[in-house]
Amino acid sequence: MHRDSDRHKQFSRRAAMLAGGQFVLLTALTGRLYYLQVIESEKYKNLADENRINFRLLPPPRGRITDRNGVPIADNQQNYRLLLISENTTSVDSTLNALEYIIPLSDTERRRILRDVKRNRSFVPVTVRENLIWSQVSEIEVNTPDLPGVLIDVGESRFYPHGEDFAHVLGYVAAVSENEITGDPLLELPGFRIGKAGIEKVHDLALRGTGGNSEVEVNAYGRIIRELSRQDGQPGAEVQLTLDMDLQRLAAERIAGESAAVVVLDIHNGEVLTLASSPSFDPNRFNQGLASAEWNDLVSNPRSPLINKATRGQYAPGSTFKMIVALAALEHGIITPETSFFCNGEMALGNAVFHCWRKHGHGRVNCTDAISQSCDVFFYEVAKRLGITRISEMATRLGLGQPLGIDLPGERGGLIPTPEWKLSNVGSSWQKGETVILGIGQGYILVTPLQLATMTARLANGGLAVTPHLTRRIVAEDSEDEDTSEVEIPSVDISPTHLKLVIEAMAQVVNHPRGTAFRSRIEDDGISMGGKTGTVQVRRISKAEREIGVKKNDELDWKDRDHALFVGYGPVENPRYAVSVVVEHGGGGSSVAAPIARDIMREVQLRQIGIPLSATVPEDEGQGHG
Amino acid sequence: MARYRFGEPSLTTWQKLWHINWVFVMMITITSCIGFGMLYSAAGGSIDPWASRQMTRFGIGFVIMLVIALVDIRIWLRYAYFIYLGGLLMLIAVEVAGTIGMGAQRWISIGVVTVQPSEVMKIAMVLALARYFHSTRTEEVHNPFRLLIPLMLVAVPAGLVLRQPDLGTAVMLVLGSGAIFFAAGVRMWKFGLVLALAIAALPVGWQFLHTYQKQRVLTFLNPEQDPLGSGYHIIQSKIALGSGGLFGKGFMQGTQSHLSFLPEMQTDFIFTMLAEELGMVGAIALLTFYVIILIYGFVISVSCRNQFGRLVGIGITTTFFLYVFINIAMVTGLIPVVGVPLPLISYGGTAMLTLLIGFGLLIGTHIHRETMIGRRSTTIDAS
Repeated sequence: MHRDSDRHKQFSRRAAMLAGGQFVLLTALTGRLYYLQVIESEKYKNLADENRINFRLLPPPRGRITDRNGVPIADNQQNYRLLLISENTTSVDSTLNALEYIIPLSDTERRRILRDVKRNRSFVPVTVRENLIWSQVSEIEVNTPDLPGVLIDVGESRFYPHGEDFAHVLGYVAAVSENEITGDPLLELPGFRIGKAGIEKVHDLALRGTGGNSEVEVNAYGRIIRELSRQDGQPGAEVQLTLDMDLQRLAAERIAGESAAVVVLDIHNGEVLTLASSPSFDPNRFNQGLASAEWNDLVSNPRSPLINKATRGQYAPGSTFKMIVALAALEHGIITPETSFFCNGEMALGNAVFHCWRKHGHGRVNCTDAISQSCDVFFYEVAKRLGITRISEMATRLGLGQPLGIDLPGERGGLIPTPEWKLSNVGSSWQKGETVILGIGQGYILVTPLQLATMTARLANGGLAVTPHLTRRIVAEDSEDEDTSEVEIPSVDISPTHLKLVIEAMAQVVNHPRGTAFRSRIEDDGISMGGKTGTVQVRRISKAEREIGVKKNDELDWKDRDHALFVGYGPVENPRYAVSVVVEHGGGGSSVAAPIARDIMREVQLRQIGIPLSATVPEDEGQGHG
Repeated sequence: MARYRFGEPSLTTWQKLWHINWVFVMMITITSCIGFGMLYSAAGGSIDPWASRQMTRFGIGFVIMLVIALVDIRIWLRYAYFIYLGGLLMLIAVEVAGTIGMGAQRWISIGVVTVQPSEVMKIAMVLALARYFHSTRTEEVHNPFRLLIPLMLVAVPAGLVLRQPDLGTAVMLVLGSGAIFFAAGVRMWKFGLVLALAIAALPVGWQFLHTYQKQRVLTFLNPEQDPLGSGYHIIQSKIALGSGGLFGKGFMQGTQSHLSFLPEMQTDFIFTMLAEELGMVGAIALLTFYVIILIYGFVISVSCRNQFGRLVGIGITTTFFLYVFINIAMVTGLIPVVGVPLPLISYGGTAMLTLLIGFGLLIGTHIHRETMIGRRSTTIDAS
């Protein structure tokens, strides 16, 4: 008993020590819990939310683009996609086999689908086919009971109802490339499209809108359990352009088949009513994803369908430049309205002989005659006396030689030369002969069709420096802010008398029997046009060739033919519109470019006075002058 | 003969029932009920499949517990070695013909019942060691050679369990036995020596660990090294615990557990779910119940008038403590994942049964606390 009582004492001591030890350890556990659940709690709460909460971006619908009357020219179209959720099928193979009767699947497609199914968790929808046509959709809908796991998803894709006619203005949308990722999470959304050219690119941010957010709870396998919150995005704003859809389509139709550009401006505010370039391309193809062969065709085509010739094509202005030379000469007193020169068909300068387009000359011509009949010798003389600098200066004032800042990407500035330019770029000093041919708009000089139209607008509006623009307004979903404030347009400071003289001379070009574009006059009541033709030599005509007789344009290779140009305004009284037409290697300005300009100017004026489109355009008249 | 019955009033069954510490039984029941609640939550608010079965097991175990408690403690003393031998044979049988489960051989089928011998061993070893030290004098305990037999009693089953491989149970067997050695009066410096030897043997022991066991230890040391692989359990468990905060996300509102981020939430990681849903407050409340049970265990042990009952009591209590500590330390990332369930809460019949049998012995010790048993006594002859 004694012994046991000793043992008992010792046991009790040891038991107390054990209990104490266990108590210490449990206290340590409590401390650990305190550390995890109180001190570090925030950190783990965040980690838990990261675990379970996924953010899904909701892409906003892209804003529409409309013409000046609100007619959509870039819209969104529903795109039906066929999806497959493998966990809802009895077997993926049997569903695909059943589907085969409605949508034939190639072996590669089938392999791709099976691979996607394998890679994704069974509740993730796998795309079987995009861009389904309506009959396929309805057939699938009807057969849903036999197609377990099949799902039709409606997305939106960009659609251009008039395809090629607006391609160069609107541009196109396509998938985002690596270097375009800016941090806007929308751009990283698979299948998201952004503007790559034209208005789509310039106003991409406004058209894009802002993405919405959907916060969803997912489990450890990524399956969505429920939506926690949803924030709808801001749909893209609608962009209204200054273009007139019907006019644009007419212009596109008139230059179809040519390599050409047409620009129509409102001379008072610079609104671009038409901006067409031919040949064109179908922007819808870019959206769907262009095959590389198709792309190569577009790029290697010598008529460069991807280039917007209206803003990026650069040409010598030819005789359309003569108004500028005349105005410079009048301003500097080199000539008066009465000054006349005798044209015998050529002018000599040193050893060189400069020819007039009219072999036997125009006889005695004053400034007005020289413009209306496009006498070259008169302008050789004037240019020689005027000098390069004064010509350049006047050209610059009228909008040539620098980009005009139109709201399209990649606008070119053309070239108006100065002696300094030639020295630093060509490496030789300016020659007097170069001034002489500059007098008829040839030599070191380049302009874009847009610049020609702008120049004409500035002549016709009494010397106001309008600049062209395409965007009329941007209408966001909620805000209807329209910029109606009239901006004071600066003047180019040209004497109204001089302008009047030039404008009247241009009216004679078209309306005087001896004018170079008399055949393209408009004969409807209350509708009229003034203008100036231009025919630009692309190749040099040698002296020898001139003696045997210059080849007719038709006999030459397309690449060697003359460019046909025309600038015009209308109506003659109280002008409202300016037009420029450039047909690359088209032949004569009067025979090719003027009739196109005539049809368009007639149309725009008819529309203005309220006569419906093209009701009165005779079918074959345009052809007759071609 | 009287010696064996000294001061002992032979208790009738009714008297015994009267002596059962019903508050202690209540504590066990309440803790188990917390477990049913957590299993209900783990099933997404359903009594099936876990809570209902666990209740049944508890019901059966509860009866077994009471029956064991009523059995005269001298019976257990007498059959302690037989029970131990039976457990050992089953362990060997598992080694020979065990069912492969969870990558380890742990189960054995006897007729229709599937038994996990390592669990049986947890109790059997306590009984065997208690009997050995009960019949050893204090002076003898101090003789190192007298310790060889009990060391063998521990080493053989622990080695077999480790071979299964079940590190968690092996550790529990060794530590639980250690507590009995300690309470029996083995000199302190010997524990120091064993500890030193163990640390020295660590590099050797490492070689004997299975790849997955090594992986668990490595993962424990640096869970972030493989966050989606073997580190996943610990990381997700800590996230769940930590995000529960002080007051928890609410019963059945644990996002980590219910969205399947937390693995094994109804078994080994159930404490994590509890702490996520009920917060630190809930976790401390559960710990408080455990501490009350432990206190009862210690008080019963210390107040017992025979060495056998005292040692059984301390062995059972420490085993229970080891369940609690190893499980919670594991899910809070304090020790490597070793696969020890949370006592009375985790889903699983074997651990529940082991625990209730253990508690039965503990209650039995309490009932028979006044029974005096001689050192040499292995028979009950009074009756």
